Amino acid sequence: MFKCKTSPEVGGMGHSVKRKEDARFLHGKGKYVDDVKLPGQLTMVMVRSPYAYAKILSINKDKALAIPGVLAVITGYDLKEFNLHWMPTLLSDTQMVLPTDTVMHQSQEVCAVIATDRYVAVDGAEAVEVEYEPMQAIVDPYKALDKNAPLLRPDKENQKDNKIYHWEQGDRNKTDDVISKADVVVKERIYLPRIHVASIETCGCVASFDKDTGKLLVYLTTQAPHAIRTIVALVAGHVGLSEEKIRIIAPDIGGGFGGKVPVYPAYVVAIAASFLIGKPVKWIEDRSENLVNGFARDYHMDCELAATKDGKIQAFKVSTLADHGYTDSSANPSKYPTGMFSICTGSYDYEHAFAELDAVYTNKAPGGVAYRCSFRVTEAVHAIERMVDKLAAEIGKDPAQLRFENFIKKEQFPYDSPLGWTYDSGDYKATLEKAMDMIGYEDYKKEQAEKRAQGKLMGIGICTFTEVVGAGPSKDFDILGIAMFDSAEIRVHPTGKALARFGTKSQGQGHETTYAQILAEELGIPYTDIEIDEGDTDTSPYGLGTYASRSTPTAGAAAAIAARKLKDKGKKIAAHLLEVSEEDIEWEVGKYFVKGAPDKSKTIQEVAFAAYTNFPEGMEPGFEATHYYDPPNLTFPNGAYICVVEVEEETGAIDVKRFVAIDDCGNIINPMIVEGQVHGGLTQGIAPAMYEGIEYDDEGNVLNGTLMDYLVPTAVESPNWETGHTITPSPHHPLGAKGVAESPTVGAPPAIANAIIDALAPLGIKHLDIPITPAKVWDAIQAHK
Amino acid sequence: MIPSNFTYHKATSIQDAIALSKTHGEEAKYMSGGHSLLPMMKLRFASPEHIIDISKIDGLSYIKEDGETLKLGALTTQTEMEYSSLIKEKYDIFSDSVKLTADPSVRNLGTIGGNIAHGDAANDQPALMLALRATVIAEGIDGKKSIPIDEFFHGFYMTALDASDVLVEIQIPKAKKGSGGAYHKVERKAGDYATAGVAIHIELDGHGTCQQIGIGLTNVSAVPMRLERGEEILRGQKITEDLIKQVGKIASEDAEPTSDLRGSEAYKRSIVNTITQRMIRLALERAQK
Repeated sequence: MFKCKTSPEVGGMGHSVKRKEDARFLHGKGKYVDDVKLPGQLTMVMVRSPYAYAKILSINKDKALAIPGVLAVITGYDLKEFNLHWMPTLLSDTQMVLPTDTVMHQSQEVCAVIATDRYVAVDGAEAVEVEYEPMQAIVDPYKALDKNAPLLRPDKENQKDNKIYHWEQGDRNKTDDVISKADVVVKERIYLPRIHVASIETCGCVASFDKDTGKLLVYLTTQAPHAIRTIVALVAGHVGLSEEKIRIIAPDIGGGFGGKVPVYPAYVVAIAASFLIGKPVKWIEDRSENLVNGFARDYHMDCELAATKDGKIQAFKVSTLADHGYTDSSANPSKYPTGMFSICTGSYDYEHAFAELDAVYTNKAPGGVAYRCSFRVTEAVHAIERMVDKLAAEIGKDPAQLRFENFIKKEQFPYDSPLGWTYDSGDYKATLEKAMDMIGYEDYKKEQAEKRAQGKLMGIGICTFTEVVGAGPSKDFDILGIAMFDSAEIRVHPTGKALARFGTKSQGQGHETTYAQILAEELGIPYTDIEIDEGDTDTSPYGLGTYASRSTPTAGAAAAIAARKLKDKGKKIAAHLLEVSEEDIEWEVGKYFVKGAPDKSKTIQEVAFAAYTNFPEGMEPGFEATHYYDPPNLTFPNGAYICVVEVEEETGAIDVKRFVAIDDCGNIINPMIVEGQVHGGLTQGIAPAMYEGIEYDDEGNVLNGTLMDYLVPTAVESPNWETGHTITPSPHHPLGAKGVAESPTVGAPPAIANAIIDALAPLGIKHLDIPITPAKVWDAIQAHK
Repeated sequence: MIPSNFTYHKATSIQDAIALSKTHGEEAKYMSGGHSLLPMMKLRFASPEHIIDISKIDGLSYIKEDGETLKLGALTTQTEMEYSSLIKEKYDIFSDSVKLTADPSVRNLGTIGGNIAHGDAANDQPALMLALRATVIAEGIDGKKSIPIDEFFHGFYMTALDASDVLVEIQIPKAKKGSGGAYHKVERKAGDYATAGVAIHIELDGHGTCQQIGIGLTNVSAVPMRLERGEEILRGQKITEDLIKQVGKIASEDAEPTSDLRGSEAYKRSIVNTITQRMIRLALERAQK
């Protein structure tokens, strides 16, 4: 286990210090984008399409403009004058900012109403008269592939059908060959439905263009302020917005989970409106808008897992159909259109794998939000973990035993996976053993046998996942060509207190505490003496933001290395002050001392003061350091989750009796914060497993676009999460740390699904897609009677 | 999520409310807790031009037994019901139900009168009122009227109340020895409307024979529904396991659920069967105490 090097007062790594940011959040003093009120500020509200697919015949603004306080109605034609009615997506597709002739999904932005206040703006939006000619929407992605299906994107040159791209990785022929000769092959079509991040704070912005200075200031709920600044400069450069004139400020954020990475059309409209009007324009998405736009998942995966009759896995193949909605606006910063999906070979040692994917257009909201997962890891892990359990059921082997027999062994790391990743470290056996001990696995197996003998339905589900987080190495990632490093800039003041700034942006992760702890660990300056600042592109160093569990792997590493640069400079100053040569100086946390004479010492605070007052001749004064960290590899946290459920046959009711989550995220900065992350993530894992999923009808209408019907679980629905850790440090990260925030979201759904399906196994049920609700279970039970 | 323009009126008395309603006619709507009406207004499913807030009228919030009758003031909140010692002691059916209705912040404002005046079969209280043979007391332009619950619910969001009628009181036969009740609903998550719910009220005589029985169903029909055929099976009988099963089957047959996001029609029929049986057993157990 990890041993703390610092005292609790210094609060370096391993101390569960309380979060510095919580006082202001708990006292209601957080400052969110909707708290921003600028002089002369106007409000913008979007008019949205009631149809999933329709021609726009006309837009009549007259009645809206007649309402006192309504100042403007902006349509696609208005933006077209500035060539701003379309925008590029990160994945080289195009997305409408506002339409001129066609709407492509229900609730798509049709036009924007600008008014003096929000109430007036909403009345104005209702008064805009839009004449539509509805068309038959394509909702089912398989139907989008029909030869006779209408072409959804005739605006794109060379687009002959509704396919967006084909991607593949691995050796198809060899994999097919191994599968065809295998003793056992299990197959399943697994669907992960669309889900929303449903963060408490919706999206929003305040755009303020000053015609006199030519500067654009945008307060934005964004996880990636610097990247957004560059994107705005590239997209709107032709109207005169260049990057040095653009300032993005991400204030406090009430939950991101990937949903605050994309550039939404309304941001562009608000910026354009402020640019034209010369006044600040605020747009705050309401809950209904938030729930019908932006989504995650939506992968239909045909899986085949081949093994020997004893259960030694030989090959895995997955062919996926991805429903991207009407444009591929995936918030995916990797160089691969499917992100990290090729992690789908899992925690197991075998040679042959092949993954392919076809992406198609449909009349649904565009997306690809990586909801609390590095892009497409949740889909990948669900596929392999369901299939491993299916294999265990098929050959009648205990699923834990099957995993032990197939795990990549501790001594095999760094491990080259069949689809091209190099896993950094792990001890999968130890992690699963710990989970089994904690839950009392063998006792539950006995109890299950007894219950089954009485005709009762009880299930045990395991998930032993490997995650891939910390985007990322420049060989795998970039945004518009910008490598996915991140940055830290430390200024130690003459009094020994510090200010540190980062290119990331916390949305609840606790950066103000954990970054301070990293610096405390490295420099010995108490974490309480270190202020952390992020989110303002005018003041913080360039970075790519916070998502993909990347803050600790990238900016956290940058902090450690910048601190080490300072420590090196401090050593020279200490030698000067102690009148010895640099080679004679040694370091222990917070203090330089003379080798062999520990009472001859200078504290880091004394050294910092000297850096401004009494520095060696020829040395540059000051005590500051900056580092930009391009990670050599991703980090590969892993975990073993075990879930025990009971299902009532008569009603389909599902009772999650136990859930044990053992995570291995390497060295831990703040155990309490990690615990909080895991609890939140597990709850966001039970959500798609048992509650959430966007439902569409045949016309493309979203059927559950309110929180009444989109079932975000609460504390009442959450079982008592039992958590624990094994620690296998990352060999390439300066602190031995790995990302953790996404592991529970990725690992929980298959554990829960496996448990429920295991409970239903005596009835002949072999698979259910998530969300597995009591109604779905009941229907399945009837179908198997 | 912003309602269209409306004028807010605060009624100071029942007569004041009725006068305001008379002035503004069909364009006016009474509001008590507002927790059904306001969401509809925010979604612009309803756009009344005048809101007459009756929630501040004095004297309409009480829970008391008066002679042979339990009287509930229409403005009594669900939370007041939840914490009433009288309810806790003698009326389990209400204790069961209020805990399952929405969440504490809704229950703090949502009233018992509003819950039934809204005329929504998805609300929990209509089923209870049907099971308990309640009488609804209303005051309107023509004075006071008393409406038996079986004549109260007319259709989806439609009741026997005229536009100017203020629901002032609910009267229920007082709990007596040998009576017991129970309510349960299956919900998708805490605070959800019922997938299906069942309210049972049983009165036994000294020999354990069922004298009176009320069975109300939640959210399995367009109009709140009393399971008359099921009641007939049990009335005048000693309640046996066999009869309970028969009634459950009748509930699944007579309910009129539709397939929706809460589940298939068949699932709902099965659920209503199961809960009907379980609640009869629970109510019987309570009546026998």
